[in-house]
Amino acid sequence: MAITREEVLHVARLARLSLPEEEAERLREQLGNILSYIRQLDALDTKDVVPTSHAVEMGTPFRDDAVHPFGDKEAILSNAPDRQEDFFRVPRIIED
Amino acid sequence: MTGVPIHEWTLLDAAEKVRRKEISSRELTRALLDRIGRLNRKFNAYITVLEEGAMREAAARDEAQARGEAAGPLHGVPVGLKDIFCTRGILTTCGSGILRNFLPPYDAAVTERIRASGAVLLGKQNMDEFAMGSSTETSRFGPARNPWAADRIPGGSSGGTAAAVAAGLCFAGVGTDTGGSIRQPAAVCGAVGMKPTYGRVSRYGMVAFASSLDQAGPITRSVPDAAALLSVIAGHDRRDSTSVDRPVPDYPAAAKRDVKGLKVGLPKEYFEGEGLDSEVRKAVEKALAALISQGAEVLDVSLPHTAYALAAYYIIAPAEASSNLARYDGVRYGYRAKTDGGLIEMMSRTRAEGFGAEVKRRIMIGTYALSAGYYEAYYGKAQKVRTLIRRDFESAFAKADVLLTPTSPTPAFRLGEKTDDPLTMYLSDIFTIPCNLAGIPGISVPCGMSGGGLPIGAQLLAKHFDEESLIAAAAAVERAIPLPRVAPDPGA
Repeated sequence: MAITREEVLHVARLARLSLPEEEAERLREQLGNILSYIRQLDALDTKDVVPTSHAVEMGTPFRDDAVHPFGDKEAILSNAPDRQEDFFRVPRIIED
Repeated sequence: MTGVPIHEWTLLDAAEKVRRKEISSRELTRALLDRIGRLNRKFNAYITVLEEGAMREAAARDEAQARGEAAGPLHGVPVGLKDIFCTRGILTTCGSGILRNFLPPYDAAVTERIRASGAVLLGKQNMDEFAMGSSTETSRFGPARNPWAADRIPGGSSGGTAAAVAAGLCFAGVGTDTGGSIRQPAAVCGAVGMKPTYGRVSRYGMVAFASSLDQAGPITRSVPDAAALLSVIAGHDRRDSTSVDRPVPDYPAAAKRDVKGLKVGLPKEYFEGEGLDSEVRKAVEKALAALISQGAEVLDVSLPHTAYALAAYYIIAPAEASSNLARYDGVRYGYRAKTDGGLIEMMSRTRAEGFGAEVKRRIMIGTYALSAGYYEAYYGKAQKVRTLIRRDFESAFAKADVLLTPTSPTPAFRLGEKTDDPLTMYLSDIFTIPCNLAGIPGISVPCGMSGGGLPIGAQLLAKHFDEESLIAAAAAVERAIPLPRVAPDPGA
């Protein structure tokens, strides 16, 4: 199944992945092959088939809508690539 | 056990010897750490070795035993964990560059249960990046190698765990299986690998790949070991909403059960086609003969939608992965790319630099399949095909107690042999994937060696929550076909 370079770049934008030119081209070819393989599913008539949402029969699990604070805030924040006191620092969101 | 070197003991042998004070946990742990120090460079089975931490834990176990404190079933025995399970304050990479510096603030449920059993954690084992692969070649930390032939793959994605078990670098390990990632590496390394029913083991703290398919399970040197380790990690956990709340049976007792009258179904679709290696076929036929000789009955069954399982899987798993992996954005943890740009550029470059090629490929497939206009044609269609595959199994299990199939179509292939062709690589999992789509349990048990000296595994499948039948049947195969548990020592 043919997939265009523009489609690859569009999907990469949706997935938040920057792709160098040569990687985009390689992915265009590989995704085309994989999607062609996947299209064999079209041969099956599934009009009246209910999709599987869970492989094991079980009811919808519920739990109390209660807040459970995590005990070790410092351990969470210490993993941040960039932090300021108790906050995660990120680059500017609204650009000039 | 006289004359059997420590590294070849089974998990249960080691636990029994510690319990009887024939060996201390310190001695046991030191012996394995020394072996890891000598061989890990060759097999690359571990990403992180807990040299000091393991000895500290072993000392604590010995002291607790001296005080007469109650011991868990694996008291003092060193085991490994695939580097997908969060370990508090211990590096957890999931085989990825994007988590190269991640120190989890909590333990996964599996980690907690391993600790509560009294086991000593030796280290975190190598794996395909985010469990995406069939050869451990997508690990950012380099491929693990097969202890039976170091130029061959150890399978994937739990290849490091299977290699460590087969090389005598731990007594057992816990891996995860999304499309065969416990059973296929166990088969090609000559180990026992079990994927329990979906929901049987908590996924809390297990780095998510495809949430409706992922399941943790044991990789061991014997079926009774697998039963014992499954008993430790199975059970309900309210922190995982898909964890099933039902009692955990006595799995070790199932390993002693006979198979007289057990109905073994042979799904014809698994034995047709050109992809099945003739030596694998012969070895699986030996496993069948072993079951028949112990009183099992054989019948033919059909799973007519088997040919569509791989295609359905390669929509469902990447779709779920693309969603799960959205959390790796360089903000709260993990790697962040250096950039002077804005937030979107920072995220896009972080993900481009942090993820490897296979992960990017699957994120792209998943994002494409879930994008506007394609959802029904791809994801919706695949979930309907999944229903057809589940129905196939339900029909088969109306007649048979267990199904017998090959685990991997071939023995271990050479490193690099399939890396340039993703579709060919994906075909490595063709016999294991349907089990995950249906959520049923499966086990791979060694059943022979190829002419080239490579292990071959047979796969057994059962209906939901019937792990006991699988354990009984696999133990019967193991009893009838004794095989070496550990690869010959490369230093010998």
